[in-house]
Amino acid sequence: MSTLHTVNKSPFEKNSLDACLNYAGSGANLLLLEDGVYAALKGTRFEQRVTAALDSVKVYVLGPDLQARGFSEERVIEGISVVDYAGFVDLAAENAKVQAWL
Amino acid sequence: MSETVKQFLYLNRRAPYGTIYAWESLEVVLIGAAFDQDVSLAFVDDGVYQLTKGQSTAAIGMKNFSPTYAALGDYEVKKIYVEKESLEERGLTLDDLQHLVWEDEDEDYAEKDSIKLVSRAEMAAVMEESDVVFSF
Repeated sequence: MSTLHTVNKSPFEKNSLDACLNYAGSGANLLLLEDGVYAALKGTRFEQRVTAALDSVKVYVLGPDLQARGFSEERVIEGISVVDYAGFVDLAAENAKVQAWL
Repeated sequence: MSETVKQFLYLNRRAPYGTIYAWESLEVVLIGAAFDQDVSLAFVDDGVYQLTKGQSTAAIGMKNFSPTYAALGDYEVKKIYVEKESLEERGLTLDDLQHLVWEDEDEDYAEKDSIKLVSRAEMAAVMEESDVVFSF
């Protein structure tokens, strides 16, 4: 079973995303939530880093946190799946453990 | 009798909702606006995310305070500086932000833009020229 990594900090403010991607193994899952959702958006300074990670890591973003911040699903990088809270629960249940990058 | 009017700058560098900074800043701005000071707001770094339009917080169970920015004009807050470089590295343009205006009573209440898009160098000058900087 694999690991669900969660990143809830803006990549512009903290290096949580970068650290997570440095350690997340192939086949890992990553959920971006709260201020972490900004990393899922197209056109940012971090888009390339995230797109490259998609080759080995499955990336999800929490829809409610995107909506709260004014961004629709169309703004999300191709290959990232938008999930709701039920999807978050499913991810937590499907993975052997959850590793939070604060 | 006139009291000394100081130039207050509220410097916003945090995204909304993830932390309380954005909301607290707005509260302090509204309180401060009652004291007839010369108030400016600056949005740099993740602070530019505070002004995005279309914020909808129902699903996260938090108060959507973004409509309050549109009321700043009524509180005589007319100078809202947004940094171009901060928008660009986030893939944003002014179109992604709310259109904030104030009414000029000297010109038959004509609506004027509150947001001024400035370069990093210009933002540095805004900071330099202010008497007091409140950081959020």
